[in-house]
Amino acid sequence: MSAYEPWSEARGAEIIAEHGKLEGATLVILHAMQEAFGYVPEPAIPMIASALSLSRAEVHGVFTFYHDFRHEPAGRHVLKICRAEACQAAGGDALAARAEAKLGIAIGNTTPDARVTLEPIYCLGLCATAPSAMLDGRVVGRLDEQRLDALVAEAQR
Amino acid sequence: MKMRIFVPRDAGAIAVGADDVVAALEQAAEKRGLPIEIIRNGSRGLYWLEPMVEVATVKGRVAYGPVSPADVPSLFEAMASNGPHALRLGLADEIPWLKRQTRLTFARCGVIDPRSVKDYRDHGGYKGLERALTLTSDEILADVTASGLRGRGGAGFPTGIKWKTVAQASADRKYIVCNADEGDSGTFADRMIMEGDPFVVIEGMTIAGIAVGATKGYIYIRSEYPHAVAAMNAAIAAARRTGYLGEGIVGSSHNFDLEVRVGAGAYVCGEETSLLESLEGRRGIVRAKPPLPAHKGLFGRPTVINNVLSFAAIPFILDNGAKAYADFGMGRSRGTMPIQLAGNIKHGGLFEVAFGITLGELIDDVGGGTFSGRPVRAVQVGGPLGAYFPRELFDTPFDYEAFAARDGLIGHGGIVVFDDSVDMAKQARFAMEFCAVESCGKCTPCRIGSTRGVETIDKIIRGERTSENLAVVEDLCNTMKFGSLCALGGFTPYPVLSALKHFREDFGPAPATLQAAE
Repeated sequence: MSAYEPWSEARGAEIIAEHGKLEGATLVILHAMQEAFGYVPEPAIPMIASALSLSRAEVHGVFTFYHDFRHEPAGRHVLKICRAEACQAAGGDALAARAEAKLGIAIGNTTPDARVTLEPIYCLGLCATAPSAMLDGRVVGRLDEQRLDALVAEAQR
Repeated sequence: MKMRIFVPRDAGAIAVGADDVVAALEQAAEKRGLPIEIIRNGSRGLYWLEPMVEVATVKGRVAYGPVSPADVPSLFEAMASNGPHALRLGLADEIPWLKRQTRLTFARCGVIDPRSVKDYRDHGGYKGLERALTLTSDEILADVTASGLRGRGGAGFPTGIKWKTVAQASADRKYIVCNADEGDSGTFADRMIMEGDPFVVIEGMTIAGIAVGATKGYIYIRSEYPHAVAAMNAAIAAARRTGYLGEGIVGSSHNFDLEVRVGAGAYVCGEETSLLESLEGRRGIVRAKPPLPAHKGLFGRPTVINNVLSFAAIPFILDNGAKAYADFGMGRSRGTMPIQLAGNIKHGGLFEVAFGITLGELIDDVGGGTFSGRPVRAVQVGGPLGAYFPRELFDTPFDYEAFAARDGLIGHGGIVVFDDSVDMAKQARFAMEFCAVESCGKCTPCRIGSTRGVETIDKIIRGERTSENLAVVEDLCNTMKFGSLCALGGFTPYPVLSALKHFREDFGPAPATLQAAE
């Protein structure tokens, strides 16, 4: 997985300057912040607001509306397991429970050693090779117990 | 001569090891000192055969699949000698599952290199645009209207009428927006076409821009589709380099350019007004209609907003004429529908066919029944907001009106198959829960109704006052159906009520109220 930069105001300002001229730039900037820092640091919110002539509340509202944006760094690896219907039909629920048991955490949490964040995802569009998951951006289909175990082990490394 | 080998870059193929197969092929070629050229095509949509590897021969492309890296050494020998192999499927074009389809929109998907404008043109691409450039706006609109094309996102609104409304609106600028927020589980056609034939989407949007007088377009792609984002961006860059996007499109006086924007994990942003809010950089809160996006859409300007598949159908229509498209289909559902077979299914994938094929043919005949080998008990058609149909309704033809007549919808054409281990009370609960999580919160029936729905179904599952609580669920569903602002709250009752109606045995003892209601 890619290493993230530590938060710096100068770098934040650079990102805002890079995208700030786009029409409706808020989401683009939030994505770029998360790509750089691994999450959207709190001090970035008022900076975005001031650059785009929005209120801090408006930017905070956008930030909190979307599932993707994090307010704190994730674990070293992020394992997303699809919980939507096509994967449910192919045995996805049992695999999700198995991942929770293996990692000792409920979906939506990070292991205490900060190695793995386990998240639900609602459809990767891999519904004909269900059940599916995504580890740090890498997609995996036709999951079974064996493949899931390998994926969990890889995430724990 | 260099051996030309095709291995899909489609996310569905990558998810089952296509990249590892490519690495193994490169290794095998090096070991034998045989030069090869690997083309990363899209998927042909036969997902149980992915990764499907094809090699060009004098007779055509020969396919092999599903290929694992371990198969590659023997496969390489077979390809080099055109000899037998256990995974050999014969000529790709002759595979029966592919041959019985009517591929109009997906004609090139899985065939061409999705990053090459030249390959696209060599396979008939950009002929629709070339013809559009010789037509007036009215003539293009007449063609789109006469084709009978209806919005493929799910609502089924006539595309020609939508475009005409935007064309007639006057404003300082107009927009073309492509809805690629394909959030419905069981659907992947948008992803496939963006990854396998992105130029057809670009061409369709460009024709829309010329028809209505817009010079800027956005493609809003969900963040769960990183491969599609990369493919679309690469294609846009290639189209710009070759004069198909930018100023003076292929030497004409028309300007048109495109930009990809990425969503951020909100299902409701697939709803068109919510998507527009999101594109503007705001919370994806649904807008009340009117005003229609065609009058006041993106940044308050007249906007054509269509699904990926609607735009992707346009080049064929302009190239071959409205009649060639409208000749396919039944009733008011004209043309073809790229149907997606998913979930617990033996032969899952993309099956493009004229409207009118029955659900039973699709599930049993085309799909081959379940992957698990157990009997099919329920199928959900049209995503999380679509109804669950039992086998008794498998004679329903795939057609907007026929599904509506049976309290269902075809939506974006996804079919999720469940075997007899499914618990339909759990599925009904999930529908409500998903709505509660994804509700934008603007209207009360959706925001509150879905949460109350989860609580009430939980009571039913626990066996608490079953008949009274079933009546509450029915009442909630009616409130949501008729009182919600958009399809999220408005259609969540479809899976819930259909589960109740067709699979009542999963909800505890049969209640008197529901029996009376039938």
